[in-house]
Amino acid sequence: MAILNTQVNPRSDGFQANDKAMRHEVMKLRELTAAISQGGGEKARTRHESRGKLFVRDRIDHLIDEGSPFLEFSALAAHEVYESAVPAAGVVTGIGRVSGVECVIVANDATVKGGTYYPLTVKKHIRAQEIARKHRLPCIYLVDSGGAFLPRQDEVFPDREHFGRIFYNQATLSAEGIPQIAVVMGSCTAGGAYVPAMADESIIVKQQGTIFLGGPPLVKAATGETISAEDLGGADVHAKKSGVADHYAENDAHALQLARACVSRLNWQKRGQLKMQEPKPPKLDPSEIYGIVGTDLKKPFDVREVIGRIVDDSDFDEFKRYYGDTLVTGFAHIHGYPVGIVANNGVLFSESAVKGAHFIELCAQRKIPLVFLQNITGFMVGSKYEHEGIAKHGAKLVTAVACAKVPKFTVLIGGSFGAGNYGMCGRAYDPNLLFMWPNARISVMGGEQAAGVLAQVKREQYEREGREWSKEEEEAFKQPTREQYEHQGHPYYASARLWDDGVIDPAQTRDVLGLSLAAAMNAEVQETRFGVFRM
Amino acid sequence: MSQNDSRTTPFDTLLVANRGEIACRVMRTARAMGLRTVAVYSDADANARHVREADEAVRLGPAAARESYLKVEAVVEAAKRTGAGAIHPGYGFLSENGAFVEALDAAGITFVGPPASAIAAMGDKSAAKARMANAGVPLVPGYHGDDQDDALLKSEADKIGYPVLLKASAGGGGKGMRVVEAPEQFQAALDGCRRESQAAFGDTRMLIEKYLTQPRHVEVQVFCDSHGNGVYLFERDCSVQRRHQKVLEEAPAPGMTAELRREMGEAAVRAAKEIGYVGAGTVEFLLDKDGSFYFMEMNTRLQVEHPVTEMITGQDLVEWQLRVAMGEALPLQQDELTITGHSFEARLYAEDPEQDFLPATGKLERFAMDLKGAGLDPRQVRLDSGVETGDVVSMHYDPMLAKLIVHGDDREQALSTLNRALAALDVQGVVTNRAFLQRLATHPAFRNVELDTRFIEKNEATLFAPKQYSIEEYAGAALIGLNQLARECESDSPWDRHDGFRLNAPHTIRISLCDPAHVQDEESVVVVEGTRASGADPWDLTIGNETLTARLQHLEGDAVAVTLNGHRRRLQARRDGNVVVMVDPRGETRLFWRRIDAIDHGHHEAESTLTAPMHGTVVALLVEAGQKVEKGMPLMVMEAMKMEHTMTAPADGHVESFHFNAGDTVGQGDVLLEFAPVE
Repeated sequence: MAILNTQVNPRSDGFQANDKAMRHEVMKLRELTAAISQGGGEKARTRHESRGKLFVRDRIDHLIDEGSPFLEFSALAAHEVYESAVPAAGVVTGIGRVSGVECVIVANDATVKGGTYYPLTVKKHIRAQEIARKHRLPCIYLVDSGGAFLPRQDEVFPDREHFGRIFYNQATLSAEGIPQIAVVMGSCTAGGAYVPAMADESIIVKQQGTIFLGGPPLVKAATGETISAEDLGGADVHAKKSGVADHYAENDAHALQLARACVSRLNWQKRGQLKMQEPKPPKLDPSEIYGIVGTDLKKPFDVREVIGRIVDDSDFDEFKRYYGDTLVTGFAHIHGYPVGIVANNGVLFSESAVKGAHFIELCAQRKIPLVFLQNITGFMVGSKYEHEGIAKHGAKLVTAVACAKVPKFTVLIGGSFGAGNYGMCGRAYDPNLLFMWPNARISVMGGEQAAGVLAQVKREQYEREGREWSKEEEEAFKQPTREQYEHQGHPYYASARLWDDGVIDPAQTRDVLGLSLAAAMNAEVQETRFGVFRM
Repeated sequence: MSQNDSRTTPFDTLLVANRGEIACRVMRTARAMGLRTVAVYSDADANARHVREADEAVRLGPAAARESYLKVEAVVEAAKRTGAGAIHPGYGFLSENGAFVEALDAAGITFVGPPASAIAAMGDKSAAKARMANAGVPLVPGYHGDDQDDALLKSEADKIGYPVLLKASAGGGGKGMRVVEAPEQFQAALDGCRRESQAAFGDTRMLIEKYLTQPRHVEVQVFCDSHGNGVYLFERDCSVQRRHQKVLEEAPAPGMTAELRREMGEAAVRAAKEIGYVGAGTVEFLLDKDGSFYFMEMNTRLQVEHPVTEMITGQDLVEWQLRVAMGEALPLQQDELTITGHSFEARLYAEDPEQDFLPATGKLERFAMDLKGAGLDPRQVRLDSGVETGDVVSMHYDPMLAKLIVHGDDREQALSTLNRALAALDVQGVVTNRAFLQRLATHPAFRNVELDTRFIEKNEATLFAPKQYSIEEYAGAALIGLNQLARECESDSPWDRHDGFRLNAPHTIRISLCDPAHVQDEESVVVVEGTRASGADPWDLTIGNETLTARLQHLEGDAVAVTLNGHRRRLQARRDGNVVVMVDPRGETRLFWRRIDAIDHGHHEAESTLTAPMHGTVVALLVEAGQKVEKGMPLMVMEAMKMEHTMTAPADGHVESFHFNAGDTVGQGDVLLEFAPVE
């Protein structure tokens, strides 16, 4: 037992100011999430409803077990990316429990551009399938989409990770024994027709669902045949004639009930095995994270105060506490699941990097999932550190992170800059899931540093040319870089582009991690084989 | 040998030739008096409560009553086998069967009841009326003749003037009885009555009476011993009836004067003495608004509703019966009997008031009364029941499950206790009239003593009004649902918490509710959205534009406290399958919780078949296959639970085929016929 004590004083001015600032960010995030959840606006919603169709989130509500959690991914996808709004990139993805089985749900929102696939829609769909593969979760596709967004066909169709990858994934996921279930609740045109056709089992809704490679306008143009969508590829055609669909549903609610029945027949067994403890809420109040962390990245905080508000019973068994103390490592439980936590508590030095690598080795050996809490400006720079070989020590950490095959979960709780991002299991290191807090920032370096570096180069150039560069001019030169970094490093910018799996309310971190860990336990925890550690 | 000799034979073993609550109730007193008790049973009752409670029990035969409880030889044989010196018949079955009494006399077994001659005198209603007239007991105008010619009966009815009451001469208990409002309905009613009477009593003779328009049913409990003593134990008001079956009874009758009470009581004793009555009997009168009363009939047995008399007199009528049967004199004289307080009895039936009181069957998943949770004094509440949790209610016998009897200092107080006790009664697994009883007992007209034998018909609009739910009722049901979900966790997995976790939003769970009578009607569904920041907070329940802050607290038993916007209410919260049941002394609210897998969304095909609503027998096919019929026309009659049920055309069209013939037995849910509606 190592119950963390808190040094936090919730009545202090600093705490109060932090709390206020973070609450403001969380409120903004909630408001934006609520707005996005309304889909494609009032007109589209009215039209959708008048056809007797349920809204996408209501469909998910009908699909998942009553009252059970839904862990939605990347609700901010495509936020302020395209010339017009494409809320949630027109597709809702997430993990939900269906008939007692955690499933990845991919559900088109037909109120958003008719459910057509923008480039980020494709990316989000494929990311959900990757999550399904990594966690070994059955996939349920609630299809209601007009297919690829044609004006952007060059960004949607041809490349490796474009539209075709969806069906490649369906085939290979199915090959891995991960069930693929499609519910056709609207159009499935052209490429989209392959979603139900490639599924293990498919359901189609009467008078709503249609599946065809070429829609009526294309048929008319190609062959002159005039035919209605329903007669060409409706439920009666596919459930009774073609056999493309397996189950015939009277309406949306019926279809979702049939999908639940499909899942209940999967004979699904979880494969992960962890030695569990009885879950206990943290002794320390998770909502105090707001006041501890705040929104000013320059203000340091002791990351143990955050850990104590995430882990069961605030019980954190620290490893190598007094060595390389800018990286905090230790064992804890989250919702009863054992985890190894790796958390930044300052800039990374050689010792901290080596300590991190050691701890990751322990977790990989013991098959304990890893949680990374990132708040890192980077590795220490300067001659002293270069000479002692911080590059090779950092490389050890990066190697350990890259090779560890245990489930890895990363939360960006502050800054995520430079090689620190790599050593702390950034997106490129394939964590099972990666989330950001609304106060976090991500970029190759801080805006100030980048502006400084660029200004330094410029100044040297001016000096070579013998030109004067006033302080004011330099400031004017630096400002756009600062602004660019602030803009591009913002979590909304990152999340809109699927650099993460979602921006989350810090107070929900514990639940998000608990749900993620539980979902990950559908897959067997793999043996790790590390690469060469440069000594 | 005179029969008086056999009556005075002392006995130490009592056989109760009945089942259900009355068998249990009689045995309770018998045991208290030190008698050994013997039960009898049919195959359907092999493990029934009355069998379990008896010292000994003897099988009579198969489930059908005529092959078991109505089989005289089998009952006599059972008494012989067990050495029972006396038989208590309860009510119904053989209780008013003269042949049975004679068989007992012949076997030297004491019948706890009147002599066969008295039963015979009252059993034939037409003859009884003549004797009552002689004894100076007032009678309702009517025809009680032997000539049973249809046309003659019709002309007699015309003479008396409509409405008239058609009644089986041999009948009782509402079977073979109909009100005829107009001459043109006479023939159909006569045919129906005769059919029922034939089935129930093997006799088709009918009598006709003037039908009073606002009469009360007031009956007098009498008791006579074999020494020539006779007393009355006051009256009971049994005006609240449906299909001539009593539902709510009370004693004393409200609004009685001492003088009228004495007049009626003495008339009743005169009636009993006229026929040489011995034991417990009930003389039923119709009491008109002006205070005049007419003899209806005499029931030569212990009545179902006898407990209300026991409650106000403090006497045990079964004990009186047994003492009289042992040859003792009546325990008390007339001037020693007094009335204390007021008592009600409510009859709990396995039946569905919403479906024309269709009898219900099934397994009692729960049968209990939580007196403590309802804050009731056990001395004021009595539950005479023949069933327990786990028992099966079958199609074979009367659907009455139990009687709830309460006592209070006055009518007002007793009524309040009745309502609380009805709320505390928890019956699950079988549909009952419990909530209907509560609607009756809380009805303003009942409270205001606007009593009349047609009380239920007259107040139909308010008793059966389609349920309008309040925001508070939806909120309460949703809260109970949310609480239920939280309890359904099967593991420690956070996915199993059912807390409605949503990212960057409050926890959100939607509960869909609707009237249990309209489960398939999407339009009637009300969605309550529950949200809260964390598991420790109260729920915010949003219904339409209104939001209420809601909290639920578990009290003892199934009692809960529901607090909505600071208004705390205590109620019993139960689940009956997917129906959330909320009961408080003001009534019951049932809301169907449309759980995710509770609705069969696939059932949209039009119904083209008619299925049997319960187990029973086909009585008659009323149309030919292929014959064109209009919507609502009767197609087929079946009988179940001794009641006739008519299957009517669901639409204009024709019957394609009947799957059964008259006399066939059908099971619940069996497809009776194929119907082809006109397209």
